[in-house]
Amino acid sequence: MRYLPNTPQNQRAMLDTIGVRTVEDLLTRIPAKARLSRPLALLPALAESDLIRHMRSLAARDADADTFTCFLGGGAYDHYVPSPINHMVLRGEYLTAYTPYQPEASQGTLRTIYEYQTMIAELTGMDVANASIYDGASSLAEAVLMAHAINGRHELALAGGVNPLYRRVVETYVDGPGLKLRDVPSPEGVLDRDAARRVVGGKTAALVVQSPNFYGCLEDVAAAAELAHAAGALLVVVSDPVNLGVLEAPGRQGADIVVGEGQGLGVPLSFGGPYLGVFAAKNEFVRRMPGRLVGATVDLDGSRGFALTLQTREQHIRRAKATSNICTNVALCALMATIYMATLGQRGLVRVGELSMAKAHYAAERLTAVPGVSLRFAQPFFKEFTLKLPKSPERVAAKLARQSILAGLPLKTLDRKLGDCLLVAVTEKRTREEIDAFADALAKAVA
Amino acid sequence: MSNVPADLKYTREHEWAKQDGARIRVGITAFAQEQLGDVVFVELPKVGARLTAKQAFGVVESVKAVSDLFAPVSGEVVEANGELGQKPEIVNQDPYGKGWMLVITPANAKELDQLLTAAQYEEFLAQGGH
Repeated sequence: MRYLPNTPQNQRAMLDTIGVRTVEDLLTRIPAKARLSRPLALLPALAESDLIRHMRSLAARDADADTFTCFLGGGAYDHYVPSPINHMVLRGEYLTAYTPYQPEASQGTLRTIYEYQTMIAELTGMDVANASIYDGASSLAEAVLMAHAINGRHELALAGGVNPLYRRVVETYVDGPGLKLRDVPSPEGVLDRDAARRVVGGKTAALVVQSPNFYGCLEDVAAAAELAHAAGALLVVVSDPVNLGVLEAPGRQGADIVVGEGQGLGVPLSFGGPYLGVFAAKNEFVRRMPGRLVGATVDLDGSRGFALTLQTREQHIRRAKATSNICTNVALCALMATIYMATLGQRGLVRVGELSMAKAHYAAERLTAVPGVSLRFAQPFFKEFTLKLPKSPERVAAKLARQSILAGLPLKTLDRKLGDCLLVAVTEKRTREEIDAFADALAKAVA
Repeated sequence: MSNVPADLKYTREHEWAKQDGARIRVGITAFAQEQLGDVVFVELPKVGARLTAKQAFGVVESVKAVSDLFAPVSGEVVEANGELGQKPEIVNQDPYGKGWMLVITPANAKELDQLLTAAQYEEFLAQGGH
């Protein structure tokens, strides 16, 4: 990127060109009472070395996953980020805020996106994946709009186990087109099928389930698919792709659209983003799928090449009738995921899943051995589970944070019925010592 | 100037309609397919779907654009050209023949009379066609 200076000489030349004496003259049309009458209250400029020291002291006040033992989940997970990822994404060919899509200039970039799409399609068991959406929540919102576009129906059924923050984003997205959100309760931690049958009907565009769901429980995706399809509705599944080395692909259980947060695939936690919206669908729906799509083709000489495809769905061509208002993506995060999947390979991804699952089950065993602590739901879980505590989860979490342990997510603010619950996530990074220390600290905190 | 057969009726959105006994056959005009370029995909309603005149009933996609298809008359779809699913290029090759899209049983036979005649459509094209 070129550095564009703005010297006093540059400013003088610009002002002379447009025939104005000072920059201030450009602002005279703004009423005086709407203008700031004093200089902005900014601290004086710091020397670079002082600034670095200042920023480091601010950063030291953060609780990050390097200095704390992280059992926080709820949508973002402390999986290991292999070192080739940083090495590769910081290269000048890739590190840009804007993704170059011109096929004549960007075969390398297009090829990484194509490989990303291919691996996501394989992992999710779907025919086609796009080049990504902003994050898991916006992927889900786009998926329900897509379901509505496919079958023209106006209602959506959301299982109680869908991430409540995703639900809020969906609520915002469907407000404009006037779609109706209907919640299906999950009192036992998974979709209540009788309740679902009462909600899912001839007006339902899609049933949405998340598995493992927000509480960590595994849903019966195949049963949900059958229920949705019997009513002529689509099944949208929210899935964490890093789990799919072990868990069955949603596409092989009847999902029509699979979305999810891809952060676990080598994207750092970064205090909440940027993350990676995974989006995959059946081939028959490809023309209703939002987002960019890279395809493989051959050039005039018969050599393999890559180019954006099906752009006629997108807003720069189809304007108001485009499949989505967002036809961009998070290519750098998708690149991290691509390198992650390629680095780990099939066996590595299975290993990450197996270790996370085994350690989560060990942790659940140790933590529920603490008097008064129990699993809130009697359901199979994968790497995350909901604990019921005998004392305020907020206070317990605060106590453990003072011992550099991020104990998990207190659920009160997200689900009032679970005010005594703490959501605990365990990845392959956690050690037996860390889990044992967590159990000991928890025992003291609730005693 | 594009081919505009005299025995058809036309819309300003470049669909043609042809009386076929009690039914009406529908497609897009030679001008439309020339403007679109190579057609790569046609999405049509299912048999039994009810259409309303001037409302979109499907889409035609070319390498450079996607356009809505508008119903010339109201009625029920009794046939849809399934061959276009595999060979959308027929729309370019034979827009008034094998490239037909739907056969409709009209709800109101008089609606056909309200469409443009070949002469009116040719004049419309001569003025720019939009």
